[in-house]
Amino acid sequence: MNPHPSFFFVVYPTDLNPNMTAHTPTSPALPPPDVRPTPANWVKQNLLTPWYNAAITVIVGGGFLWLAYGFLLWVFTQAQWQVIPANLAIFTAGRYPDESYWRLWVAVGIIVTLAGISWGVVARNVTLFSRNVLIGLGVAAVICFILPIPVVPWRSLVVFMLVLLAATAWIGQQLGKKVPKLGQYTTFAWLGSFFVYLWLISGNLGLEPVKTNEWGGVVLTVFMAVVSIAICFPFGVTLALGRQSDLPVVRLFSVLYIEIVRGIPLIAILFMGQVIIPLFLPEGMRPDRVLRAIVGLTLFSSAYLAENVRGGLQSIPKGQEEAAKALGLNSPLTVSLIVLPQAVKAVIPAVVGQFISLFQDTTLLSIVGLEELLGMSRSILANPSFIGRYSEVYLFVGLLYWIFCYAMSLGSRYVEKKLNTGH
Amino acid sequence: MTQSPEHQVPLWRDDRFWKIALQVLAVVVVVAIASLLIYNLNINMQRAGLEFGFEFLDNQASFDILDSVAPYNVPEETYSSIFPYSPTDSYGRVLQAGLVNSLIMMVCGIVFTTIVGIIVGVLQFSNNWLLQKGSQLYIEIIRNTPLLLQLFFWYSAVFSQLPRPGDRLELVGALYASKRGIFMPWPATSPLMWVSLAALIVGTIGLIVLWKWRVYLMVEQGRPGKAQLYGLIGVAIAMIVIFCVGLGWAFPQELTLDPSQFEARDLENFTACVAETYQVSSLAPPLGDEAIATYPKCLQTGNFEYGLRLSLEFSALLVGLVLYTAAFIAEIVRAGIQSVVKGQWEASSALGIHPNLTMRLVVFPQALRVIIPPLNSQYQNLAKNSSLGAAIAYAELYNVANTTYNQSGRPIDVMLIISVTYLAINMVISLSMNAFNRAVQIKER
Repeated sequence: MNPHPSFFFVVYPTDLNPNMTAHTPTSPALPPPDVRPTPANWVKQNLLTPWYNAAITVIVGGGFLWLAYGFLLWVFTQAQWQVIPANLAIFTAGRYPDESYWRLWVAVGIIVTLAGISWGVVARNVTLFSRNVLIGLGVAAVICFILPIPVVPWRSLVVFMLVLLAATAWIGQQLGKKVPKLGQYTTFAWLGSFFVYLWLISGNLGLEPVKTNEWGGVVLTVFMAVVSIAICFPFGVTLALGRQSDLPVVRLFSVLYIEIVRGIPLIAILFMGQVIIPLFLPEGMRPDRVLRAIVGLTLFSSAYLAENVRGGLQSIPKGQEEAAKALGLNSPLTVSLIVLPQAVKAVIPAVVGQFISLFQDTTLLSIVGLEELLGMSRSILANPSFIGRYSEVYLFVGLLYWIFCYAMSLGSRYVEKKLNTGH
Repeated sequence: MTQSPEHQVPLWRDDRFWKIALQVLAVVVVVAIASLLIYNLNINMQRAGLEFGFEFLDNQASFDILDSVAPYNVPEETYSSIFPYSPTDSYGRVLQAGLVNSLIMMVCGIVFTTIVGIIVGVLQFSNNWLLQKGSQLYIEIIRNTPLLLQLFFWYSAVFSQLPRPGDRLELVGALYASKRGIFMPWPATSPLMWVSLAALIVGTIGLIVLWKWRVYLMVEQGRPGKAQLYGLIGVAIAMIVIFCVGLGWAFPQELTLDPSQFEARDLENFTACVAETYQVSSLAPPLGDEAIATYPKCLQTGNFEYGLRLSLEFSALLVGLVLYTAAFIAEIVRAGIQSVVKGQWEASSALGIHPNLTMRLVVFPQALRVIIPPLNSQYQNLAKNSSLGAAIAYAELYNVANTTYNQSGRPIDVMLIISVTYLAINMVISLSMNAFNRAVQIKER
């Protein structure tokens, strides 16, 4: 009779036919799933669903707990840690003469001062001592007091360095507000300070000279890594430009160099540096072995760095170069002002990754007889009074390397974020 | 058309001139440096009385190297290296032995590191928090510590601390570990083994062919491909049976002392061992079988027969290299999977494809395109890093070459051999990975 009832009034099923309620669910819809971030929900979602995840959690978690228990048990009951504090000075600086030790502390003091000022300048417009920074400084101080290291000179000097860092950061912030150019000056100060460190470490010019075979430990590791990084970066960029160059001869030389070096193990190149470089030099000219090590590391790393930078160069659109040419820039200016800054910025993570592996590669010098951190720990282990303390020493040294490398990768992430102008 | 002189570009502003001049300069500088170095080299070598040439390779090496991987040799009743070498052999021979050891390490390392790396890389996407964080922790620890340190750790702090041969560790009667090495099951050399091996290779090819045929039938003709599926299952079962039975696995067996052939000295040792291990101070003088059955530990010699022996150096280097490289491969795999746009996952699930199949059929093939080029350089890194075995006394190429240099005093020749060999190895890895890369790259019309 009425084919379109809904044309006249809206039909609600329950209103239309009370009998239908028996068939349509009147109970309210299921409540929305509980997704509040309570700990119980978190555990349920991340560890227990679906069922096989619960099984994995039990097995893997049990394994982790067992490992952690065994490790902690070993650390606190079985491990004999006295090998570390007894050799702290040797780990740090190898056989560096005791009476010249103050020079290393002065160098550290300069580094800390510069770091503090740079930090203050960078953070001149924000709160310097935020909660996290204060916590960090506090933790560092507490660790320094917990560790069983001698009060004089270690503990007092480390605390002094922390205070110095905070103080110079505050000074840097205040100065930075008044002198906007301070940032540039600190950059030059960093570069110039290198020669001061070199003078302080090696002596001469009024200081007692210290031969390179007395350098060792962390000091030698950091020294070789920093110098190699500083030299290999311009060298690697040049090689990358050579490989991308439209001059066939230059390209050929670059490709040959890069591919040959990348095909040979580093240890063979370091061996070459120690044994073969002297053969290629005129009589009587025998460079210092630390210098030869740096040459080997640089030759090796620059080839890898060149490949990283090439990736960046290739990522720059051709339009950039053409626009620069259209503005009347010549080739060197186009490369140095337009292409390279963008290319290097694009490959910062890869380049820092390369620096990190260069830092790790300094360990290979222990095979060719330099006593850097790892070589030094090997000679400590060869000492009869510390024989068999492999786990303790290697864990400690590994922790040191880990801190350095992790700090470098954190720094890379910071710089990357700072320079990121993309949208 | 000739230009008037006032319109001519001066030479020093002409781009073409500079291009040529720069290249000439590059050649001159490189040639000058090279000739200066070679001139110095000549003088230095003459003064030091060194010669250049490879005749020394025929001289007797007279130094011994440690075995790396040694299967049990039945007629000789010893574990002997795959590449037999004795100190009376020549330098050339010892360098070949080192090369063989290097190649074994590279092949084993690449295979295992790929497996571990892919597993850890995929685990970072696990929805289990523990697995996810555990794999990240592993990657952060491994990548931020030097490989050489890790190798020293594995060698000195782990593998060299294995128990003395008498107290060896045992895993279900198949795997034994002690200071003498790791003993594991290995196929015994026999004609049947070679036949089975050939059958396995043929079977593998057959499996691939059947698989492709089935996919072709299913995709192109819409047929279910049931017969092929049964064929696949049949071949696979046959291969498993051949693998288990036909290869003739020989399990390492410990040699025990026979009490009936005890000599005076053996009895002394046995009594001392019982006193130490079982705290039993006095044994009845005629040593009965019962007493011997009660103290089986003191009849163990720690020597084995059958199976395969891995040296501690080999094991430490393999574990160190595999775990180190796997951390990098895991990161490559993670980046590769992340590079596949989310739309691919969504489109696939909109088509109703199961998440596991989505991973296998949609995401992973696309991720592979991003993964392979960096994987190539990781494989080359592993090959080069195997030279660090020299630091833990693994007799690989660099180690052997270094000893050769020390004994023969020929730096240039030895260096050339090392460089050319590693360059060739890396080239082989690179070429094969590039071929593989071309196979998986997107095929566009």
